[in-house]
Parts: sequence; C-alpha cells; structure tokens
Amino acid sequence: MLTKRLIVCLDVRNRKVTKGVKFKGNIDIGDPVEMGAQYSADGVDELVFYDITASAENRPCDMEMIRQIAKRVFIPFAVGGGIRNLDDMHEALLAGAEKVSVNSLAVLHPEIIADGAKAFGRQCVVLGMDAKFVGVSDKFKSGYEVYIRGGRQAMGIDAVEWAKKAEDLGVGEICLNAIDTDGVRNGYELNITDQVARAVQVPVIASGGAGTPAHIVDLFRKTSADAALVASMVHFGDYTVPGIKKEMLAAGIPVRKKMNGEV
Amino acid sequence: MSANPIIVVDYNAGNLTSVMNALAHIGADAKSSRDADEIAKATRLIFPGVGAAASAMETLTRTGIGDAIKAVVKAGNPVLGICIGCQIILEESEEDGGVKTLGLIPGRAVRFKDEPGLKIPHMGWNQVNFTREHPIMKGIRSGSDFYYVHSYHPVVPAEYAFAETTYGTQTFQGLIGKDNLIASQFHQEKSGDVGLAMLKNFCDWNV
Repeated sequence: MLTKRLIVCLDVRNRKVTKGVKFKGNIDIGDPVEMGAQYSADGVDELVFYDITASAENRPCDMEMIRQIAKRVFIPFAVGGGIRNLDDMHEALLAGAEKVSVNSLAVLHPEIIADGAKAFGRQCVVLGMDAKFVGVSDKFKSGYEVYIRGGRQAMGIDAVEWAKKAEDLGVGEICLNAIDTDGVRNGYELNITDQVARAVQVPVIASGGAGTPAHIVDLFRKTSADAALVASMVHFGDYTVPGIKKEMLAAGIPVRKKMNGEV
Repeated sequence: MSANPIIVVDYNAGNLTSVMNALAHIGADAKSSRDADEIAKATRLIFPGVGAAASAMETLTRTGIGDAIKAVVKAGNPVLGICIGCQIILEESEEDGGVKTLGLIPGRAVRFKDEPGLKIPHMGWNQVNFTREHPIMKGIRSGSDFYYVHSYHPVVPAEYAFAETTYGTQTFQGLIGKDNLIASQFHQEKSGDVGLAMLKNFCDWNV
C-alpha cells in the first residue's frame, strides 16, 4: 500500500534555513545541507528546499546548494524559489533535485507547467500554491483566493479553479499552502486542502499549520491529502520525524519504515 | 579510479546525478559513460533512466548504446536496470502507442489500469515483497518500502519476477531479472538506507 508521506520543508535564505510566522519575522535555524541529511537519516519521506529570497533578487535558486544536498540526501527532494524558465528547471534537475516547484511564475505564465511537464515529465513539476480565505462568493466558489509573491499579492483567482487548471496543464503534484495557518501551528486548513485534493487526480501535499502529530493524523483522517508538510514543529525540536510517524502508525495511517523496520 | 569501474549509462536520463551520488556515497568506483564502445566493455553496468520509453529507445538506438547494453548482458557481466531501465529491457512497451524495446527479458511494460481514486503516476513509498531470493536482497527485509515514480510497470513470466508491489487493487512486478540481469522499477538511488543497501549488494554481486 502506498504510504502517506511526511515531508519536511526547509526555507532557505543566504544558505541558512529560516522560519517565519505567516511569511514574516524570520529567524535562522541552521545549515540546509546538514539539516537535510539529518532529516533524511531520521526517516523523513521527502524534503523541500525553498530559496525564499531568490525571486526578489531575480536569480535562480542556489544551484551549488542543490548539488551539495544531492550528495548527502538519498530520498526525493524538491526545490523551489526563483525558477524563472525552463533552463532554470533543467539546471535544478541536473543538480540532483527530483522535482522543481513553481509558484508565482506558474500563475503569471501558466505555460511553464506544460513546457516543464513536456520536457522533463510531469512528475518533476510541482505547483506550489498559496491560498487565503476570502469567503465563499460567485468569484471564489471555494472561498479561497490564490496569492503570489510570498503571500503579498492577491490574484483574483479561485484556489480550486487554479488547481484544476494546473492539473490540466500537466503539473505532477500540488503543494497547497494555507497563508492563514502558515507557521501558526494550530492545525492544517482542512477545508481548502480537502476541496483541492478532491478536485484533482494528482497528489496533494498539505502545508501550513502543523504544530503537533495530532494535526497530521487529523489531516489524513479528514481529507484526501497524500502528504503532510511540516517545518516549525520539527525545526525547533518540539517533535521528531520518528515521533510523528509513530503517532501516524498508531492511528492506522500507512507510513514508510526504515531499513531496520522501524519508523 | 580502478581499471574496471562500474559503468553507469549516460543518455541524458534525469536520474544520472542521483545514481552517481548514491554510488559515491557507498564507496563504489563508478564512472558515467555515453560511449557505446566503453559501455560494451563494462564488467559491471547500471542502466538508469526516467522519462518516456519511446524517446529513451530512440536515443539508445541512434547512439548504439542499446547494442552495447545487449553486449554486456551477453558477456555475462552484472547489469542493473532502474525505472525506465527496467522497462527498456523487455520486448515492448505500451507507452506512446507501442514501442519495441531491447527484448532481453520476455515481457512488456503496461500502464496501470484506471481505478476510482487511484492516482497515476504511482508516486511515493510502497512495500516491495520478495517472491524469490536474489543476492541483491541480502540483509533487506521483504516488505521494505522503496520509492516509486511511474505510470507503466513490467509484466513478465513468473520465472523472471523477484518481487511484487500492490497499488490500489493491482499487484505488479517491481523487481525482475534473468541470469546476470536484474532490474527494479523502483528507484534504489532515492530509497534511503534500504535503497543504498540494495545498490551496494549489486556492486558486490558475483554472478
């Protein structure tokens, strides 16, 4: 049986892992390569590295960092931030990333999804999507609006409609980040997560809000999400990857085990 | 580098970097090559790959690498296929309306059947249940989780199957082989400690 994935997200700024609350007030935590290797050894199922200042600085994500990570991490990992075109995508994949995540670029230039899927296979293209609750209306049938540029710019697009369109264009996976719950550690935004997961056939990763293992169990019990993304709850040492997986297992959620048969 | 490094076939397949990194990590002496003559002389060969069967076959035929792989298999040296490398060794693939492939093991690559709620590609960690013993399984527990990303899977006669995985209601052959040839549909290079252990076993395999 396909297991439910636990993914750790590392936001990177100046080659340091950093974490903010609701996309603001960041503090530095550690070295991305070392942290990635450690999480991998701990049995995390996948990693995501976001170069959070690349877009603003109009440069691609830190390719040298990706090469260093690929030498230490032998599980799938995705990279995002600063991807401007097909060449940037190609370089990131050659550097050793399994998947490349596009967010603002895909909203502004949706053809990057189709071009990337055609060139590298749809499994390589992840849509990162930031959604904010705005209330259900004719324009926003899901009640959630798509934002870009790190949550700073509203796009007037309904979140579920955008997910469906991205799937049609060829995206291989959708990482749905709820702006309202990001870094708040009070649980995932189950409403929009389930709406998106039911609207598309591709896997959906829930992001934003995990604070305890119970939030992750809740996510898999109440929604059709395929993966749970965590950051703060493990970065600050409150919980460990094996600890979270033990609680998932105890709740009857299929999880991947390490070579020794333990989570 | 020794006189006989493991040769890893380079034909612009996406996972070459990952395979080379994994081999370096386990201390294997490996070299990537796109030279058909060099590949044909390999004493141990890894044939990775992601992507579509048709474009992979087109490259292998045009460059002569397809014949080079056949030569290594015929010489009796250990050969490992990964992902597309596990499909290309069959006789044909259903992908892209049907593609004739290398024919090193009888069988074909077929697409997962649509099922309500079943997402294709099959992507993520799934259990690999051993159906027969093989030296590359040394120290690895049957039912271990490996990382898969694929829409097509091999279908071979039972005598060539070594392990199975179930996705939805469909059980498919995740590890196939014949004599000195072994191939996994899953990605050993991305399967954490258990994947590295299997790669190491391949490096140590004396046919």
